[in-house]
Amino acid sequence: MAGLKGILRGILRPSLPPGELFGALAEFATPAELYHACEGVRDAGYTRWDAHTPFPVHGLDRAMGLKASRLPWVVLVMALGGAATGMGLQGWVSTIAYPLVISGKPFFSWPAFIPVTFELGVLGGAVGAVFGMFAFNQLPTLHHPLFASTRFERASDDGFFISIESWDPRFDADRTVDLLRRLGAKEVELVPSFSEPAKPGDATTRATP
Amino acid sequence: MSGTQSESNPIAGRPSQTVEPSTGLAVSESDPVDHRAPLILGAQTFHAITEAVARPMERPAPRGWWICFLISLSMLGLLGVSIAWLFWEGIGVWGLNNPVGWAFDITNFVFWVGIGHAGTLISAILFLFRQKWRTSINRSAEAMTLFAVACALIFPGIHIGRPWVAYWMFPIPNQMGMWPQFRSPLMWDVFAVSIYGTVSLLFWYVGLVPDLATMRDRSTGLRQKSFAALALGWRGSMRHWKHYETAYLILAGLATPLVLSVHSIVSMDFATSQLPGWHTTIFPPYFVAGAIFSGFAMVLTLMVIMRKAFGLEQIITMKHFDYMAKIMLLTGTMVGYAYSLEFFIAWFSGSAYELFTFKNRALGPYAWAYWTMVTCNVILPQLFWFKKVRSSLVWLFALSIFVNVGMWFERFVIIVTSLHRDFLPSSWFYFTPTFFDISTMIGSFGLFFTLFCLFVRFLPIVATAEVKTVLPQAIAHPHEAPTIEHGPAAGGALDLARGGTA
Repeated sequence: MAGLKGILRGILRPSLPPGELFGALAEFATPAELYHACEGVRDAGYTRWDAHTPFPVHGLDRAMGLKASRLPWVVLVMALGGAATGMGLQGWVSTIAYPLVISGKPFFSWPAFIPVTFELGVLGGAVGAVFGMFAFNQLPTLHHPLFASTRFERASDDGFFISIESWDPRFDADRTVDLLRRLGAKEVELVPSFSEPAKPGDATTRATP
Repeated sequence: MSGTQSESNPIAGRPSQTVEPSTGLAVSESDPVDHRAPLILGAQTFHAITEAVARPMERPAPRGWWICFLISLSMLGLLGVSIAWLFWEGIGVWGLNNPVGWAFDITNFVFWVGIGHAGTLISAILFLFRQKWRTSINRSAEAMTLFAVACALIFPGIHIGRPWVAYWMFPIPNQMGMWPQFRSPLMWDVFAVSIYGTVSLLFWYVGLVPDLATMRDRSTGLRQKSFAALALGWRGSMRHWKHYETAYLILAGLATPLVLSVHSIVSMDFATSQLPGWHTTIFPPYFVAGAIFSGFAMVLTLMVIMRKAFGLEQIITMKHFDYMAKIMLLTGTMVGYAYSLEFFIAWFSGSAYELFTFKNRALGPYAWAYWTMVTCNVILPQLFWFKKVRSSLVWLFALSIFVNVGMWFERFVIIVTSLHRDFLPSSWFYFTPTFFDISTMIGSFGLFFTLFCLFVRFLPIVATAEVKTVLPQAIAHPHEAPTIEHGPAAGGALDLARGGTA
């Protein structure tokens, strides 16, 4: 039970780093520069980091070293579940709940049940794909520390970003910012966690919008 | 903003040369992705595309929009009045009679379901075939699909005579202990069309999420809050894109057989009956081809207006219209082939009733409807063979209207001419529509255009995130040779997803 609870909590609650600092955010000028920077961050051994782009950049998942999505398995289970529900419902209705002789066919005349079975299989698969994708992505997450950055608004327009989160074992504010600069970032800023606003004397160099 | 973009991004404007990522070959500037002329015209930047799509939504509504919206809304009001009167008086307000138990109601149903097929064809089938030109038109075509399915769903609900027991169509436990009869194609239809509507909505919404985030980041106040809620907190994360692209590919894979099944099942409503003119195995492919044909006609009608009204000439180019015209030429010719094959089979079957039905169709009391259909669907679309016709907006628009009319008549001809001559000549009757037949049909157009007007006003009408991927500068790793370091688990399906969108 505890395991299931933990999984549910993991899906439903956004996973954010503890502490005052969310991480470092760097902006790159082009998809090509972002691509090479991602290779650099990957090769530097970071694990809790992400790239943010206005559109899916071809091949960036490889530059980041991302594994294939496990979503197809969710879809497979949901589609088979939908199809089984369809055949099960029709079989139960036609043999137990409300058996009728239609054109002298047997009660369980399964070939006539194929269309609805197929449609419910598609419905199950589509629901699994959409809601499975949202669950894997922990969406909706309406509030996120990155939204505090004004610059980050361009991530949905024409900005290309890398964010490295502060709970990465290799994260060190100065050294990480330095790495991102060396990888060709136009701008680098440190993003605070929203629960605890940055103190004035803090080492953060958050640029004022 | 666009100034800084072009300063810091030397390839944002027109790249002098780039390298095709999958082959590593250098290609010329005009064909960075697929060795063809560019899909998006002008020296476009990513930001320029965002602006082009978002601007019309942020300006006050132009007068033309208000005129369209108010006309559509009045027609929608007519639908409300017509349905209210139908519910009050009963099915007798329509012109139905004894042999003709289905006429305008089911004609409109099949017409709207057919229109609803182009959206999913564009979003799913063209995606799987990696037809990148779909990105400029898929959003509005998908919206059109949804609204057409909404119009279609009205008719089975209101034509049943006792609309308060419409829930009998669904397998809901009830006090009578009765269940639907699942061997009936009408039951398959309930599932096919409602699931088609649901899956189309999911597909459309998934595509919208990144663009809703774009709108959220551009707007303020209540608009921002609404877009923020709908965008679910999308932040363009590559880890999210990875699941997103997988989900999109799978949805396309699921929607492709779905879209083909829906109109096949609609055709089985007719084909599994024993009525001459309906009882034929050619119906499923014939209906699917006709659905795609009529759907593209409606897409063309809407795009010609929308492109002009919102100044989207650089995103929806003449090339897009050319491709759509070619698809219509293909599907229109398939429909023409089906028409002629029906006559051949009627003769070849040796069935006197079949032969009578088809002779009567072409020469009987509804010959005017039959020849309207043939002219609009088979003869006129042949003009699409000419490049001049395909590159003239006036011709495209006029022909799309003819095809819309012709495809409505196709369903009318199939339904009414097959019914009006019963096996017993004593029950022969001629169907004439009443005022309420026509007002309900006009009203359904009102619903469709009202929803479409609201869509073009309040949601991004072009899939901006997808259009950005077809720009030359979206290619991220021009200098990297193709690597085969990952096994099939990382490649395969996902490479297809990238190929389709990037």
